[in-house]
Amino acid sequence: MGLFQTKRRNILPGFGLSMGYTVFYLSAIVIVPLSMIFFNTVPMGWEPFVHAVTAPRVLASYRLSFSTAFFAAVFDAAAGLLTAWVLVRYRFPGKQFLDALVDLPFALPTAVAGICFATLYSPMGWLGETLIKWNIEIINSATGIVVALVFIGFPFVVRTIQPVLEEVEQEIEEAAHCLGATRWQTFRKILLPHLFPALLTGSTLAFARGIGEYGSVIFIAGNLPMKTEIAPLMIMSKLDQFDYAGASAVALVLLLISFSMLLVLNAVQEWQQKEYR
Amino acid sequence: MGIELQNITKKFTGYTALDNISLSVASGELLALLGPSGCGKTTLLRIIAGLELPDQGKIILENKDTTNLPPRKKNVGFVFQHYALFRRLTVFENIAFGLKVLPRKERPSRAEIRDRVEHLLKLVQMDWAQKRYPSQLSGGQRQRVALARALAVNPKVLLLDEPFSALDAKVRQELRRWLRKLHDEIHVTSIFVTHDQEEALELADRIVVVNKGKIEQQGTPQEVYDHPVNAFVYNFLGNVNVFHGRVKNGKVSLGPHHVDAPDELKHAEEKPSQAFVRPHEIGISRIRSSEADLTGTIREVRLMGGLIGLNLDCEGFEHTVDAEIPRELYINLELAKGDTVFVSLNRVKVFTGDYVI
Repeated sequence: MGLFQTKRRNILPGFGLSMGYTVFYLSAIVIVPLSMIFFNTVPMGWEPFVHAVTAPRVLASYRLSFSTAFFAAVFDAAAGLLTAWVLVRYRFPGKQFLDALVDLPFALPTAVAGICFATLYSPMGWLGETLIKWNIEIINSATGIVVALVFIGFPFVVRTIQPVLEEVEQEIEEAAHCLGATRWQTFRKILLPHLFPALLTGSTLAFARGIGEYGSVIFIAGNLPMKTEIAPLMIMSKLDQFDYAGASAVALVLLLISFSMLLVLNAVQEWQQKEYR
Repeated sequence: MGIELQNITKKFTGYTALDNISLSVASGELLALLGPSGCGKTTLLRIIAGLELPDQGKIILENKDTTNLPPRKKNVGFVFQHYALFRRLTVFENIAFGLKVLPRKERPSRAEIRDRVEHLLKLVQMDWAQKRYPSQLSGGQRQRVALARALAVNPKVLLLDEPFSALDAKVRQELRRWLRKLHDEIHVTSIFVTHDQEEALELADRIVVVNKGKIEQQGTPQEVYDHPVNAFVYNFLGNVNVFHGRVKNGKVSLGPHHVDAPDELKHAEEKPSQAFVRPHEIGISRIRSSEADLTGTIREVRLMGGLIGLNLDCEGFEHTVDAEIPRELYINLELAKGDTVFVSLNRVKVFTGDYVI
């Protein structure tokens, strides 16, 4: 009879059912399709695998993808925080309009964004014309990739910070002011730590999105081997050459690195949050 | 003089929150701003702290005009109704905050900060909680930390905005007595805002009753309670029975009865009046002891702890009368619902004027 008594009653009903449902859907939508990458790679054997993923061109593309996604995420963190701040803290005409604009990168086909950037920054484009005079090259450079990824990742940061910022009680800031803190000290010591988890979540999402981004980047990057080839493009070009196993191998490594980075970031966040709850 | 307010006026769109208020608070005094919600008392407190700017008037703290100073330069301790603790900082860090944000030249050393925080934690009896986060504390504990945090910067003035109203009754009482004791130890000029007359009466050196942006009366708790200047103050300071009647020829009508009018109304011309009696000033007896006694029937008996509340139908009165009698008397008289008793009204307070409950 001990066997039945050890089963603890949960207050929220339906754990078994909902957990089963979650696992099933995660499997059907995420795990099973992604595992195909793994199963496509296995038949190729260890040595060809290592050979495929350590080719200098491939390694360069990994470096490029991760570094541009990283810088774009950092930039998004700052710009997104500022935008969320303005949208939450101030009232001004056209606020609704600006708020709606933030979501546009979500809705726009990324290729369209890519073409827009390419036109804008090309040596004959509005901005490209001026920038070229200052010797700043956006098109066909890593900078251009960062520009595209900033655009793609931006809404993630704004939309994760906004609700948290809205929740901050006015009294908290007033308390800090009464204790002698300047506006900057209040922001730095009270608000920023409060926003940090959301900021981390938002930029992690932007970062993850940046690693996988394809459509907008290829129009602006110029895709020069060893210089401006991103990892997703490597996969596409291998597929174009009917090298399915090679494409899977590159994809698998990309997947593993991304996954472990997301795992670490999530762990950091968990640890950050734990104490205050 | 601790705090001197001169002709403070504050208007919000559509209404006047504070109407030409002048008030002085002596150094080391514990003053209560008492009034119903929306009377402007919190606005006044926020103006003193610099969290709001007055439309007119001056705020002088310890002989220095601070009207236009930002809150961080006022050196005022503010305790909020909902604590407003910094969630991501420990109790220690919360209290140390005000010291750590000082400019480098004025900032105490690490060791000094530690000593000061530890001293304050002892003062508020929270020394065991240094490393806790606010979410791990109860409401009463949080408010004590908030108080220690406000005291850390050695404020000239301590302002408390309904500090106990978010706590449950028992804790509220405990904390009230504890605050009184603390104030007797540290003597910092303090103003606290409350809508709870018991809290004001028990805690304050002086009470200022505020209504609709104006001061109705100020004085010691005793003065205010025993000699309310008008119907509003009388009514706000406790439970009341109201009898609407008229003043005429030096008498006040009270239902079918008449009582002598108070001195100031002896020669008043005929006008409507309101007579007030507090429930605990009503005598209940089985025997008629004077002509003026009313005859009443007990409609309802309420158990209120040490007191018993009676709701009576009195002969010739339109409304029922509430009385509160000691439990002992209730038992001795063997009272029960439906009994007929004699009711005497003591310390009847008569006001004329516009204020109508």
